[in-house]
Amino acid sequence: MAAPRPDRIAARLVRLPPLLWLCAFFLLPFAITLKISLSEPATAIPPYLPVLDWQGGLDGWSSFLEALNFTNYLTLARDDLYQAATLGSLAYAGAATALLVLLGTPIAYALARAPRRWQPVLVALVVVPFWTSFLIRIYAWIAILKQEGLANLVLLKLGVIAHPLVILNTDAAVMIGLTYAYLPFMVLPLYAVMDRLDPSLREAAADLGASPARIFWTVTLPLSLPGIAAGAALCFVPMVGEFVIPDLLGGSETLMLGRVLWSEFFSNRDWPLAAAVAVLLLAIVVGPVVLFRESLRGGEDTP
Amino acid sequence: MGDPAPHLDTAGLTLRGLTKRFGTHLAVDGIDLALSEGEFFCLLGPSGCGKSTLLRMIAGFEPPSAGTIRLGGQDITGLPPHRRPVNMMFQSYALFPHMSVAANIGYGLKGRPRAEAAARVDGLLRLVRLDGLGDRRPETLSGGQRQRVALARALAREPGLLLLDEPLGALDRGLREETQGELRAVQRRLRTGFVVVTHDPEEAMMLADRIGVMERGRLVQVGPPAELYRRPASRYVAGLLGDVNLIPGRLGPASPDGTRAVVTVHGTVRATDGGSSPAEGAEVVVAVRPESVRLGAEGLPATVLDATFLGDRVRRGLRLPDGSALRASAPPGDGPEPGAATRLSFAPADAVILPA
Repeated sequence: MAAPRPDRIAARLVRLPPLLWLCAFFLLPFAITLKISLSEPATAIPPYLPVLDWQGGLDGWSSFLEALNFTNYLTLARDDLYQAATLGSLAYAGAATALLVLLGTPIAYALARAPRRWQPVLVALVVVPFWTSFLIRIYAWIAILKQEGLANLVLLKLGVIAHPLVILNTDAAVMIGLTYAYLPFMVLPLYAVMDRLDPSLREAAADLGASPARIFWTVTLPLSLPGIAAGAALCFVPMVGEFVIPDLLGGSETLMLGRVLWSEFFSNRDWPLAAAVAVLLLAIVVGPVVLFRESLRGGEDTP
Repeated sequence: MGDPAPHLDTAGLTLRGLTKRFGTHLAVDGIDLALSEGEFFCLLGPSGCGKSTLLRMIAGFEPPSAGTIRLGGQDITGLPPHRRPVNMMFQSYALFPHMSVAANIGYGLKGRPRAEAAARVDGLLRLVRLDGLGDRRPETLSGGQRQRVALARALAREPGLLLLDEPLGALDRGLREETQGELRAVQRRLRTGFVVVTHDPEEAMMLADRIGVMERGRLVQVGPPAELYRRPASRYVAGLLGDVNLIPGRLGPASPDGTRAVVTVHGTVRATDGGSSPAEGAEVVVAVRPESVRLGAEGLPATVLDATFLGDRVRRGLRLPDGSALRASAPPGDGPEPGAATRLSFAPADAVILPA
C-alpha cells in the first residue's frame, strides 16, 4: 500500500473548496430546512417546535428526536391544495419547457447558422436582457399585458381584436412570463451544441440528396439532443419553484409550489409546512438535475 | 463517335471558365477542363491553391462567381447539392455519428423500396469489405474502416461522378498505400468518374489517369502522370512532382533532331523544348530528374559531395565549378566516391527546357 502520490493529494485539495461551499451553502441549510419540516408550528421565536436543547445532553437529543414528526408531509400528501399546487407547478414548468424547446430550437439553430462574424453580436443580444433586473422586466410585462397595455393597444389598432383581451393574471400571462424569462437558458446551451456540430455533416447529408428539412430532422436535431436536454433541465428546474412570475403575472387561481411556500411562510407563518414544501420541491427537481448531468456527460464523450 | 477529341465527350464533366472570388481574392481563376466518362482525375497542388474550392463548386457547396459546370451533357451549375448527380467523400469522412454503418451507407437511398435499399447497402458493404459490420457505430471502427464506410456511402446513389477530398489524408502511411490500391480497384470496377483532390504528388501519380496541377487558382498543366513527370511545362510543375535539378542557361539554336542547345556557365548541353518555345538567346532553365543524371567520363565537370544509400538507389550530391549543387541518383553499385571528381551528362530527351 503505497502512500497517495503528491499529485493525487493536490487533486483532492482542489476538490475541497467546492465541497466546503456545497456543505456550507447547500447541505447545511438543507439539513436545517429538513429539520424544520419535521417540526410543529408554534407561536414563538423561531415559530416552530421543537428546538434542539444543546444543554439537555442525551435527554435533550432523545426528546428532540421523539418530537419530530411527519405531520407536515402527510398534510402535503392529503390536502388538495398542495396536490393541486404540485401538479400545477409541474404542469406550468412542463408546458413552458415544451414551449421553450419549440421556440429555442429554431432560435439556437439560426444563431449557429448565422455568418461567423455576426454570431458574437447575436449571442450578446440574447444575453442583453440580463443587464436589467429580472423583477423590473417582469413588471414591464404587467405594463404590456394589462387591459389598457401595449399588447392590447397594438392588437386593437391593427384591428385583430375588437375588445381588449384579458391576459394579465391568467395562465397565458404566466406562460408568457416563464417563456420570456427562461428563453436564454434554453437558447445558449443549445446554441453551444449546435455551433460545435461539424458543418461537413450537413454538407454530407445534402450531398446524399437530403433536402434542408430532412437534414435538420435527421442530422442536426438528433445531434443537438444533448443541448436540448441541458436547456430543458436548466429551465424546468427553476421554473418548478418559480415564485415571482406566477405571483406578479398569474391570477389568484394560479397554483404553483413557490407561491404556496411563500404564503405558508409569510402569511401563515407556518415555517414547518413551508419547509416541507421546500423539501418536496427539491425532491421533484432531483430527476431533471440527474438528466442534466447525464446530458453533460454525453457531451464529454463526443470528441 | 468520330469525335476528334474523345475526352470532350459529353458524358463526362466539363468545366468552362469556372471562377470563384472571395471578396477580392481569386480562389479559382477561369478553369477549363473536360473529363471523359469513368476517368480517374487528380487535382494536385499545395494547400490554398484552390483545388478544394474547385471540388466544392462541382459538388454544389460553393456557387461559382462565373463559369459553367456540365455533367453528362446537363448544365448543373445552378443545382443545389442535393439535386446533383454528384457525390462527395469528405476529408474528415463526415460520417453521421448517431447512425449505424448501414444507416450511414443507406442515408442517400431514401425513397427506394426498403428491400432494394437494404440489398444495395449489403452489396456496398461487400464492395468495401465491411460485411458484417453494418450494425456498428462509426466511432467503433478503425480509421481505414471509416474511410471505406465514407466511400461506400458516397457510392450508394451511383453518382455520375465521385469527388474525393484528400481521401487518404487521415490514414497512416502503411494503410495509405493499401487503400490507394483499393480505391483504384473500386474505381476500375465501377467505371465511375473519380475526381480526387490531393497535395501528395505520389498519391496523385499512383491513382490518376490524368493529373491537373493547380497553382494559385489556375490549372497550369493537365496530363497523364508520366507526361507531367517527364515533360513538366514549368519549374513549378517540375518541382511539385518530384526532385529536380534546374540548370540555368541561355537558349541556343534549334537543331533538326528537335533538341536545342543551352549554353550554361559550365558548357553547352542539349535538351528538349518543353513546349514554351522561347526565342534564341532567352534565359531558360534545363530541368533534369536526378535519376536521369549520368556520371562518367563526359559532360559537365563536377565533384561528388556525398553519397546516401537509400536501398534501391544511391543519391549523390554534386557540386559544379560555380558552386551550384545538383543531385544524381542511380542504382546501388559502382560509382564515384565522395570527394571524387567526375563528369555529369544526361540524354537530351530526359532534359526539358523551361522558362527561367
